[in-house]
Amino acid sequence: MSETWLIVLAVGAGTMAIKAAGPVLLGSRALPPPVQSVVGLLAPALLAALVATTTFGRGQALVLDERVAGVAVAAIALALRAPVLVVVLLAAAAAALVRFAGIGQA
Amino acid sequence: MGMTRDVTPPEEMGTPIRFEMRAGALTAIPLAIAVGLFGVSFGVLSVSGDGMGLLPALTMSAITFAGSAQFAVASVLGAGGQPAAAIAAALLLNARYLPIGVSVARALTGPAPLRFLKAQLVVDESWAIAARGKGEFDAGRLIGAGIVLWLAWVGGTLVGAIGGERLGDPATLGLDAAFPALFLALLLTQLRSRAAVSAAILGAAVALVLVPFTPPGVPIVAAALAALVGLVRR
Repeated sequence: MSETWLIVLAVGAGTMAIKAAGPVLLGSRALPPPVQSVVGLLAPALLAALVATTTFGRGQALVLDERVAGVAVAAIALALRAPVLVVVLLAAAAAALVRFAGIGQA
Repeated sequence: MGMTRDVTPPEEMGTPIRFEMRAGALTAIPLAIAVGLFGVSFGVLSVSGDGMGLLPALTMSAITFAGSAQFAVASVLGAGGQPAAAIAAALLLNARYLPIGVSVARALTGPAPLRFLKAQLVVDESWAIAARGKGEFDAGRLIGAGIVLWLAWVGGTLVGAIGGERLGDPATLGLDAAFPALFLALLLTQLRSRAAVSAAILGAAVALVLVPFTPPGVPIVAAALAALVGLVRR
């Protein structure tokens, strides 16, 4: 089995188990409040980490390049409540434009 | 629902589950358009550059049905991260479905295999649509909304993957900026409290500090520690 399929199946099986744990195993019992508050903050913490590393990370280096322009345009588009596909296309176009113009390093 | 009919308030008596399912499905349609567009984005990214390819992407959308985790896998792999880091990042992102699943557990009735299947239709949007306030959830609305959103997500992925293959090289020119833009869009939907904002700032800081010292993917997983701010008393 290829690495890709291993990941697809592991993430799929893991997510299905997480989603079903409450309804299948726990019934109407509740999670302890501290667990609930920590688990609830995992998504914002990881998503922010993903924003930061996909904007500034290149391998193990931190760089300022065309992606910053793309993300800045995305932030403006999101503030104007643009649909997500428009946001993504604008971000890609902005980064491509800055790259094409050779403002960043090639 | 049938089991609780005798304790249902009179005005809700005799509301067939099919009616609630249709109501949930109709409510989900505007959200399904947005979810479908996220799916298109995932499909395009999955077939461009060193993406995972059409069939794995479609399978992932069908069985994982969680945008942020799927984008995280694509991004960690694209950055040259290890499979273990990609899997860990995805499952940590989906850990929020544990308390969400617990919250709807009482509404999802039937034998265990059926409860398992119903639970798979829980995503942030269907959960919100099913909420009736005071911690009560409507199973019919959850299922109706969940099915519409699932179709939009999987259909969007397929459209994006097929379209993305035709776009070819020009589209990859600015593609590396698509990931942070997507994560930013997803992050904004999660910033619903002060604690969430604190966890986000701390998570980003932890990740950036670790980038030079750890293999790609590890900074994302380590950012999970930022969620411990949830233990701080306010």
